[in-house]
Amino acid sequence: MNRPVKQEYNRPTHIKDFPVGPQFDAGHLADENAGWRTFKPVVDAEKCINCLICYLVCPDGTIIKGENHVSVAYDYCKGCGVCANECPKDAISMVKEER
Amino acid sequence: MKKNKLFISGDEAIAIGAKLARPHVIAAYTITPQTIAVERLSDMVESGELKAEYMHVESEHSAISACMGASAIGARTFTASSSQGLLYMAEGLHYCSGGRYPVVMMNANRSVALPWSIYGDQRDSLGLLDSGWIQVYVEDAQEALDMMIQAYKIAENPKVLTPMMVNIDGFILTHTYEMVNIPEQEKVDAFLPPFETVNKMSFENPKNMGFSSQPIDNTEFKYQQDRAMFDAIPLIKETDEEWAKTFGRRYHGMVENYKCDNADYIIVTLGSVCGTTRIIVDELREQGLKVGMLKIRYMRPFPEKEIQEITANAKAIGVLEKNISFGYEGTVFTNVNSSISKTKARPFMKNFVGGFGGRDITKQEIRQMFATLKEQTEPSKTVEYFNLNVATDE
Repeated sequence: MNRPVKQEYNRPTHIKDFPVGPQFDAGHLADENAGWRTFKPVVDAEKCINCLICYLVCPDGTIIKGENHVSVAYDYCKGCGVCANECPKDAISMVKEER
Repeated sequence: MKKNKLFISGDEAIAIGAKLARPHVIAAYTITPQTIAVERLSDMVESGELKAEYMHVESEHSAISACMGASAIGARTFTASSSQGLLYMAEGLHYCSGGRYPVVMMNANRSVALPWSIYGDQRDSLGLLDSGWIQVYVEDAQEALDMMIQAYKIAENPKVLTPMMVNIDGFILTHTYEMVNIPEQEKVDAFLPPFETVNKMSFENPKNMGFSSQPIDNTEFKYQQDRAMFDAIPLIKETDEEWAKTFGRRYHGMVENYKCDNADYIIVTLGSVCGTTRIIVDELREQGLKVGMLKIRYMRPFPEKEIQEITANAKAIGVLEKNISFGYEGTVFTNVNSSISKTKARPFMKNFVGGFGGRDITKQEIRQMFATLKEQTEPSKTVEYFNLNVATDE
């Protein structure tokens, strides 16, 4: 699965280099959106059984698979909490961001 | 011997033209006077004569949306509408041209409500002149059929990638019958290559399609659309020449110059009324009057250069249209007058508007228009409703 990759957007300087109409390779405008979060999901590695339900339900593809437990790509997690809600083992808790 | 001429209506000519272009997907919602065209196509798909997917959508808004979606996977698409249906499509028309999906549609020109009327004028499509579609207007069923095929060639050109609307006068052309030459499929196939586009949804080259844009990029996309329209002008001419070479019929590209070369008085018009105007030009020429007709074929892109050249030496020019932009003048007139005003020529300009909601435009009325141009009566009044049935003096 493609994870969002932060890319620098080099705006074309000549009209010839513009895409023909609004269609272009996906992801070229990706930017961090961690700042949207009020709560962040924190994975308890001890409780996680690696069932990958959170991986499937994350709307932004920010759950990273690991050998024994999952982790979160915090640059792109918007803090929606779906993963914590769906976790069958309550291994993910939503913790208020301190800024 | 293979029958290559048929006695058919304009709607049937459109259906045969669309079929010969081998569309993969047809999505349309029926509306008078377009109905017969899509009914015939539906028959052809059902009988297997045309191998295409016919989507029986629930509205015109869905028809254009379905065509855009199909175009985005590289399918050649066809839709057709008229009047209220075309207006219901309006959101999609802009979407489609902005997305650079070269959908081809037939529009049966019809009055727009209120008052409700199923009969013809050109206020539906001319009201959507700014929707980013190439607009062509045809004079008869033969031109309608031929333009269906030319339309795909122009719209799908990588330099253009702009949807195209073939406009045909409701009832006057859609429901009248004439002998129409039917091009051979093999020749059409040789003329019209398969549709290829860079904007294709595919697993090999995945793309984000139809995205939004921020103020930093939006103007550039609009500029591109504008340039694509201008790039279509030479292609429209080339395509017509190639058509003439293959099929022996020529429409002269952006406009047709009918006896304008030494004409003092010219009527500029579009659509089926060109047929009547042509007859009057012949009649008055026989009487020794130097008159001509400039038939506008394309409203977008607009034939500015052609109009400037053809009308350069005319003393008076009348623009005849079944359209009015309330509170000003006819949109065709505004466009023609703008072209001429950029030259040094200062001919007498008159805008003849009428023929609304199916009212006939007669030969006598066109004779009178040429008389008005010659006598230059009422120079202060640009717009003249030439076939009002009531007195309007105050």
